Amino acid sequence: MALLEVTDVHTFYGNIEALKGVSLSVNEGEIVTLIGSNGAGKSTTLRSISGLTPPREGSIKFDGTEIGEIPPQEVVGMGIALSPEGRHVFPRMTVRENLDLGAYLRKDRDGIDRDRERVYALFPRLKERERQKAGTMSGGEQQMLAIGRALMPNPKLLLLDEPSMGIAPILVERIYETIAEINRQGTTILLVEQNANYALDVSKRGYVLETGTIALDDESPKLRTNPEVQKAYLGA
Amino acid sequence: MSAAATTLRARVETRTLIVLVIALPVILWMASEIEMNLFMAFVLWALIVVRTVLHDNPVVVRGTVVALVVWAILLPFLQEEGGGFLEDATLALAYTSFALGLNIIVGFAGLLDLGYVAFFALGSLTAGWFMSGFFSGAGGGEGFSLLVGEPASTLPGIHMNFLLVIIIAVVITTIAGMLIGLPTLRLRGDYIAIVTLAFGEIIGRVVINGDEITIGGEKLTNGRQGITPVDKIDLPFLEPFQSLELRPWYFVALAIVVIALFVNYRLRDSRLGRAWIALREDEVAAASMGVPLVKTKLLAYGTGAAFGGVAGAFLASYLNTVNADQFAFSFSIFVLAMVILGGIGSIEGVVLGAIVLSFINNNLIPDVFNDYPSKIGLDFDLTELSFGIFGFLLVIMMVLRPQGLIPERRRKMELVEHIGTGATTGVGADEETPHEARA
Repeated sequence: MALLEVTDVHTFYGNIEALKGVSLSVNEGEIVTLIGSNGAGKSTTLRSISGLTPPREGSIKFDGTEIGEIPPQEVVGMGIALSPEGRHVFPRMTVRENLDLGAYLRKDRDGIDRDRERVYALFPRLKERERQKAGTMSGGEQQMLAIGRALMPNPKLLLLDEPSMGIAPILVERIYETIAEINRQGTTILLVEQNANYALDVSKRGYVLETGTIALDDESPKLRTNPEVQKAYLGA
Repeated sequence: MSAAATTLRARVETRTLIVLVIALPVILWMASEIEMNLFMAFVLWALIVVRTVLHDNPVVVRGTVVALVVWAILLPFLQEEGGGFLEDATLALAYTSFALGLNIIVGFAGLLDLGYVAFFALGSLTAGWFMSGFFSGAGGGEGFSLLVGEPASTLPGIHMNFLLVIIIAVVITTIAGMLIGLPTLRLRGDYIAIVTLAFGEIIGRVVINGDEITIGGEKLTNGRQGITPVDKIDLPFLEPFQSLELRPWYFVALAIVVIALFVNYRLRDSRLGRAWIALREDEVAAASMGVPLVKTKLLAYGTGAAFGGVAGAFLASYLNTVNADQFAFSFSIFVLAMVILGGIGSIEGVVLGAIVLSFINNNLIPDVFNDYPSKIGLDFDLTELSFGIFGFLLVIMMVLRPQGLIPERRRKMELVEHIGTGATTGVGADEETPHEARA
């Protein structure tokens, strides 16, 4: 059984139907990517899973439990953490305070300390900047912080929304290496990207989202060689 | 840090020192005008100097807060019992409690509430209901009393002990705060302001027209006539308070402020306080980190409202009336101005802002400067301009010191050191923005 099972999800913003029946699944230990153009509904899919914009129809099962209607804080508590699009770090808080807020729902001091050290080991730059205000860091560093903060609840499933957006290419490479490392350490990842090159490199399977529905799903290497995908998303 | 930065730092400190030196004669002159004890005014100035010069030493900062409380306890013994100064000081303390309450909503949680007057109204009304002869039919016309002494216990109406009334006021305003908060939960920024503004107006209108609403044969309020008299505070082991002996009133108001201060400090440093700040900084991020938005917001509205209720109940007894015309939009703005002037989110700043604006409103404008326009041949009183003066002060503050008199730590970073809210949203704002590293 898949860790995450999304079945025929319809999500609305007011009267606008952003997701028109999205179905996808993520197995334990995988990196699955969701690619698509602007406005295809990639972020909405992640927001639906994390409870920020609950779906109107359809089912989302995590670890066998229906989570389609439960509020975001309980979704986090169950082991799904989102690193939102556009980073959304707390600009006036220090790196350390940002990370500690990631552990807002946890009370096990030792576990929190251990996970903070894990984040610092993954992103040594964050350790160096522990006392710096997040708003003063570069986009790439803020992205590292956003991912690190999403690791602080110690999630089973990590949702990453556009980790490469607006970041210098050299840092994108570094961030993707770390994403692969996080996965090797045992965290399942659902990754949303416009930058399909990197996403298909790091992932095992992929879905292509077009105007609110899944247009294609396949193993990532096959998607990479698919002529339509190449034309639309890989700039070939 | 370059040499230029070092000289800049020195210049800023020199400027601050000059301001402090100029402040001494100004403070002493003001003190003599408002009949404040000159020695205490000098001590106050000295405390401000210590705090300003050593502002980065946490022990000094905490120490000056304690010293100021001690100063405030000693103050009334050096003042005339029935003088105008103690009267205004008591009022200023009541306003401080309002401002500290609003600061939780606006400053900590970042929810712009323009209807704070609702909680003043409800707190006052609670005192009007349960500490006066208003419900003349209570107890079969004989009156109902609970833990109060003569003469209140023998009069018709409901007469309850002030401490009980405070508890009831806290319960009522907390619930009201949460109810008013409910429709704003899905809103942001300006929209919250508009909805809360409307609720403030609604409650004000209900109090004015409440004499037409009857529940079980009793009117809800007394309309524009107001409820008067309201019982004096009657505390255990103490003589009932008198109108002209102001020291006990002052101490009750001070006690309310000290409790409000304590709660504010504790909340700010608590888990809930961190959740409020996260909410204020970035709601999406807070939600995706597991901060429960509904609970966190409603707790901010509820706690903030409770302080308004306590101060409102106190003012009803102190002013001896529940006057419906007080519950106007201008009150909400007045308290908000205190918060902004002092420094949004900064506890010490808000206390300072409340005291300064309260004294300007109740003393400097009507008593000290009121006849200045006529002295230079102009035909009006300064009181007619008071809101213009507050507006002008706010504009001046926004130009010279937008972070407030004593800024909150985080905002100071942003406004003084130009640390923006960060390029966090939108594609356009997402280029690599290399900020200079500050260790």
